[in-house]
Amino acid sequence: MTAQATLPFPSAGRRGARLRRKQLAGLLFVAPAVLLVAVFFLVPLGMAFWMSLHNWPLLGRPRFIGLDNYLNLMSDQRFWNAMRFTLYYTVVVTIAIFAVAFPLALFAEKARPMIKVYRTAIFLPVVVGFGSASLLWAWLMNVDVGLFSPLALKLGLTEKPVNLLARFDTTFWSIIVMVVWKTAGFNMIILLTGLQGISSEVQEAARIDGASSWQRFRRITLPLMRRTIALALILSVAGSVLAFDQFYIIADGGPQNSTITAVYWIFSQSFVSFRLGYGAAMSMVLLAILVTISVVQLRLLRTPEGV
Amino acid sequence: MSERKVATARRRLFATTRYHAIGLFISLLFVAPIAWSALVSFKPSAEAARPPLPPWPVEGLSTQSYENLAKYGVGIWTYAGNSLTVAAATVVVTVIISLLAGYGFSRFKFPLKNVLFVLIISTVMIPFQSILTPLFLILTRLGLQNTLPGIVLIYVTLHLPFSIFMMRNAFDAVPKEIEDAARVDGASVFLMLRRVMLPLVLPGVATVAIFAFLASWNEFLAALILLTDQKKYTLPVMMAAVRSGQFGTIDWGAVQSGVMLMMAPCLALFLLLQRYYIRGLTAGAVK
Repeated sequence: MTAQATLPFPSAGRRGARLRRKQLAGLLFVAPAVLLVAVFFLVPLGMAFWMSLHNWPLLGRPRFIGLDNYLNLMSDQRFWNAMRFTLYYTVVVTIAIFAVAFPLALFAEKARPMIKVYRTAIFLPVVVGFGSASLLWAWLMNVDVGLFSPLALKLGLTEKPVNLLARFDTTFWSIIVMVVWKTAGFNMIILLTGLQGISSEVQEAARIDGASSWQRFRRITLPLMRRTIALALILSVAGSVLAFDQFYIIADGGPQNSTITAVYWIFSQSFVSFRLGYGAAMSMVLLAILVTISVVQLRLLRTPEGV
Repeated sequence: MSERKVATARRRLFATTRYHAIGLFISLLFVAPIAWSALVSFKPSAEAARPPLPPWPVEGLSTQSYENLAKYGVGIWTYAGNSLTVAAATVVVTVIISLLAGYGFSRFKFPLKNVLFVLIISTVMIPFQSILTPLFLILTRLGLQNTLPGIVLIYVTLHLPFSIFMMRNAFDAVPKEIEDAARVDGASVFLMLRRVMLPLVLPGVATVAIFAFLASWNEFLAALILLTDQKKYTLPVMMAAVRSGQFGTIDWGAVQSGVMLMMAPCLALFLLLQRYYIRGLTAGAVK
């Protein structure tokens, strides 16, 4: 804090100097954070756009090519395949997570004996990393040493070993199951806070008026939960659009490159093929999509009606 | 007891039994994969290379998988050490910077204050995946590419919006009178922060620290891209290499021991500090 003492404030009186000193102190407190965000977020963001206008190899000089990267993107079938797959995955996984998490939240809502133990058990997979979870499920899904195929054989469900990773649909649905396992607890907690925010008096009044439990659910719980449900869905959409770890670790984009997500494709163009400018252009497109989602999110959460 | 009372009691018993049956079944579904993997990691190698039926070791407990894991690359403890260093440094730096910034944003007036706050908070909308390419170049320019401090700075920056939001709220919740009293007693700004404010915002600090630890310990993509030297790998990057067979044939027993090594700190931290974790989750997501 020596800097503030030496800074001159010629025009300020004693009170003014004190005020400015306090202002300066405030600025100094937030300065490290601002600096980091500037250097490692804002500058790279600007650079990403700048790079997207260039042919930018890892070695050698970048060459300005205007919007060529974006034009090339338009006709890049593999980029659109990755985008389409990401969208498909996002829709399916979001619905699946919600379909599991909402009943779980209803189950876990009331304070009953053991409920904390059950909630904790459901929540455990949330705190393990996507990397660890993917490694774990890659093993479960392995045809020879994993669990699913030998178990299916033993139970007589199949006659031959099932290699889940040999086909698109089995790979896809196994990963969906894994992601639901990993994230249902998170969504349960979000929905739980929403459920607990509904006053019990409203429910009680409806019960006294003779509303059945289904009617109470339809007419009271669901409408009052709209904002929370919207939040849970949007969070899960935003997370899924950025999916990478599970597809890289479990399936490595296979079989036949059918499970390559947008981030995976950006990763492979930028850091495997070293087409940094092209990768940056794809990042900008992804960013535009994500920002749109965020803006929609803010809109939805701000309007009183919700969804 | 009247017949009706007996019937009610019976119905209640049935409801309770059904509730616990469902509860136990669901809990089992969520915990089973973790438990299964844990049990396999303690099987002898030969047994771990067979399908895990039954899940428990039948040929006795063994740490063979862990010993095999230890031999990969330059030794698993180097990688675990890298992960721990990165996570610990991320926690410390994130806490210090967000503590200062939270205090600054909560208690001081200065030009551009709201602009700067919104600017920092709004970076949560921008996925770091979209700026990885330039980050790679910036770190290279700063001589920090392929270094642990480099990746720590990235992780810290990623956590700042959430952490500053948490810390500002924590400081906002402290009554102004407490500060005024300390000021009358002649405490300087820094002394006030350390002696008076810090103890009052410790729950917020705990929340920030847990989230910073879990996220940086588990982060995969940025580490995969920014750490190119095998000796610098963090556990997730190392284990992905083991799983893909880059170190020879895949030893699934060793993979499960690696999974345990990666999961154990997360599970322990969560079970010990659940309260702070859930608080952060609901504050961060719902508000």
